[in-house]
Amino acid sequence: MTFVNRLRNFGVPFVFGVAFLAFWEGAVKFFNLKPYFLAPPSKILSQFFDNASRIWDAASVSGMNALVGLIAGTVFGVAMSFILSRFRFLNSLITPLAIALNAVPIFVLVAVLNNMYSITSEIPRRIMVSLVVYFIVLVNVAKGLTQVKTTHLEIMRSYAASDIQILRKVRVPNAVPYLFTALKISAPAAVITSFVSEYFGGSQNGLGSRITSNIANSKNAAAWAYVLGACLLGLVFYLVSVVLENVASRGSGATNTSTK
Amino acid sequence: MNQQLRRAAYRTGMFFVSIALVAVLWELYKIVGPEKGGKLFGIAILPRSNDTAMPHIWEMLSRYAEPEMRSPNSKLIWFVVLKGAFYSFRLAFVGFVIGSTIGVALAALMTRFKTIERGLLPYLVISQTVPLIALAPLVVSWGGKLEIFGFTWPRWLSASVLGAFLAFFPIAVGTLRGLKSAPAASLELMDSYAASWKQTLFKLRFPAAIPYMVPAFKLGASGAVIGVVVAEISTGLKGGIGRLIIEYARQATGDPAKVFTAVFGAAGLGLAMAGLVALADVLLMRNRPKETTT
Amino acid sequence: MSAVHVAGVSKIFNQGTPKQVDALVDVNLTVEPGEFVSLIGPSGCGKSTLLRLIANLLEPTTGEVTVNGKTAAQSRLDQDYGMAFQQAGLFDWRSVAKNIELPLELKGWDTEKRAARAKEMLELVKLPEFADLMPWQLSGGMQQRIAIARALAAHPPLLLMDEPFGALDEMTREYMQGELLRICAETKTTVVFVTHSIPEAVYLSNRVVVMSPRPGRITEVINVNLGENRSEDTRAADNFFAGITAVREALRGTHADHANAGAIRGVEDR
Repeated sequence: MTFVNRLRNFGVPFVFGVAFLAFWEGAVKFFNLKPYFLAPPSKILSQFFDNASRIWDAASVSGMNALVGLIAGTVFGVAMSFILSRFRFLNSLITPLAIALNAVPIFVLVAVLNNMYSITSEIPRRIMVSLVVYFIVLVNVAKGLTQVKTTHLEIMRSYAASDIQILRKVRVPNAVPYLFTALKISAPAAVITSFVSEYFGGSQNGLGSRITSNIANSKNAAAWAYVLGACLLGLVFYLVSVVLENVASRGSGATNTSTK
Repeated sequence: MNQQLRRAAYRTGMFFVSIALVAVLWELYKIVGPEKGGKLFGIAILPRSNDTAMPHIWEMLSRYAEPEMRSPNSKLIWFVVLKGAFYSFRLAFVGFVIGSTIGVALAALMTRFKTIERGLLPYLVISQTVPLIALAPLVVSWGGKLEIFGFTWPRWLSASVLGAFLAFFPIAVGTLRGLKSAPAASLELMDSYAASWKQTLFKLRFPAAIPYMVPAFKLGASGAVIGVVVAEISTGLKGGIGRLIIEYARQATGDPAKVFTAVFGAAGLGLAMAGLVALADVLLMRNRPKETTT
Repeated sequence: MSAVHVAGVSKIFNQGTPKQVDALVDVNLTVEPGEFVSLIGPSGCGKSTLLRLIANLLEPTTGEVTVNGKTAAQSRLDQDYGMAFQQAGLFDWRSVAKNIELPLELKGWDTEKRAARAKEMLELVKLPEFADLMPWQLSGGMQQRIAIARALAAHPPLLLMDEPFGALDEMTREYMQGELLRICAETKTTVVFVTHSIPEAVYLSNRVVVMSPRPGRITEVINVNLGENRSEDTRAADNFFAGITAVREALRGTHADHANAGAIRGVEDR
């Protein structure tokens, strides 16, 4: 990409972003917008730095739930996808379920999970995140393990390769980019789910609870600051998954794939 | 067409089988699992298997036929849940319509003006990775307080707006991809006809975009539902299924099966929205060549 | 009045930068009404560029392009030509008949007139039963016939074609060549036809315009006269082979400059 192109691709969105913030700041002052409606960016930023350590604490709680769920969901998802690739008939059981669950707000299950565990446990939220991540990873990695180019399979069969060898040498490498695609979707989903789970009661240390409590105390600018913290948390998770993908696919010429 | 119907019926059938399997696993755990919950490798990860924490499946199902509350005038719970789910459905639908209209319009605008695409697209993409849902409590708090042109912002509108917000992003991004997917040769053809930009948009770009818009609309529909339900549960918005879930969850120690009725109701809500989009998918893609999918 | 008049035209891409490409330099060509003219040459000789200049899909860097007595731009606005590409480019979501109606829709014709004209064009290309089918249900050759029907739907006096038969197998290709000649004779359309294939150019044309690359230019124009009624026998006739030899030598002649004696790249010899 030429330098001018790079400049344009970065510069234009940058200008749009700055213009938007300037407009926001100006509109609040000019239209005298009430604080419970919209806080100006300047105030949000100052509240963010004022509350920085508390935001960090809350983010750690929500973030830890997301992380644990992300790892657990990925591990179980990958394991199950191997089972699926071996026992193809299970596919017709799991796939319709996964598709249906995609459409449904499954995070409401937290209400049920909260009952099954002690009231101070973070486990229900972690299980919820794991569930969400599990299905995303399962569908994508299973696709990667099974949808292999026919020519590759034919070549391996001509070498009288065993199923295990085909798995190791063809299916798994094929599935790796799918895993990272799944991670790029799961990482933000994990943060969102961890977040939303906090609205169902239980321990109140995470970002979600902080936002509601700040609003209840009419501290809207502070609430916006916590929202900013939440967005940063989600962004960090996403960026890490992108970095992981780049590290893993270096030199493999992998192509981009996606299923939700 | 017959083959399509058969496949759909098979898929639905298998879906119910897998649900039944989950139910079986649930009951199995109740039999073998520890009553007060337990530890696995030192982590308190095993849930309690007693009837209060995990009611039997048949208890959940039969609960639907019972009245909602113990008071004599209480309506049957299936009616209450259905009403709540329908209320939330209407909110989600409004949000979906708003979000998709703005999303599609913006996508068309971005196709026309490359600068707008350059400036906005990165934000649209990033917004899907960021938990915008965090704004839910803020948006709902506008209810009853905000006044525009003498019109007081009703609380339910916040839920729809949140739904619209979540639906907007995937729809805008997907529609943009679709509009840009028109083959260069076809664009040249329209040029050779001296067709106006509007004519090219409606006769070439939009029809070419439909295969991209359908999955985007599916994401948008589920986003609208999530937005509305989260708005409801984060602030207890009256009338919707989210509020019912929270209420019934609070009563779980006395009435464990109750919360499940509302949870299933929420699932039904999501499936209903998805069903609408699937219907549109079938209607719009009738005459298209069939893609080979597994 | 000539159908197409190209005078002193050149087309330079990225002028002044290190990536400058002299796609066409000082091209002069006149096509009379009713003529069938082929443009042939190796890759990079500018034949597709020249076609697009006539179609007003590109603007010339210097020179003038006149179509039907008007500027190329005006001709495009007046829809004085129809165009067909290598990919039939039919719209997947429209039936065959609706695909043919597309240019007429854009010109604002009413429903009945459009349907009647589409029917007429389908009969012209001998595919009347396929009106309500979808393009993906047709073979490649049939799709191209529909594309030609679409290109001629508004009865333009000029037809511009960019290797329309390039994606077809040999037998279908020869059949399509015959059909194209029949259709153009019936409709009295002028044709400018870009191709890679020497036999195709010779079979179809009154004149074959030989071009060469770096910079793109016309090197020779060969008159071919195979008579009015061409058929399978024509392909075995002496004057057919003579025409092929003449074109081949003209192409080779241009390549000798580039020290590539013996082999012509980018042109089919079958």
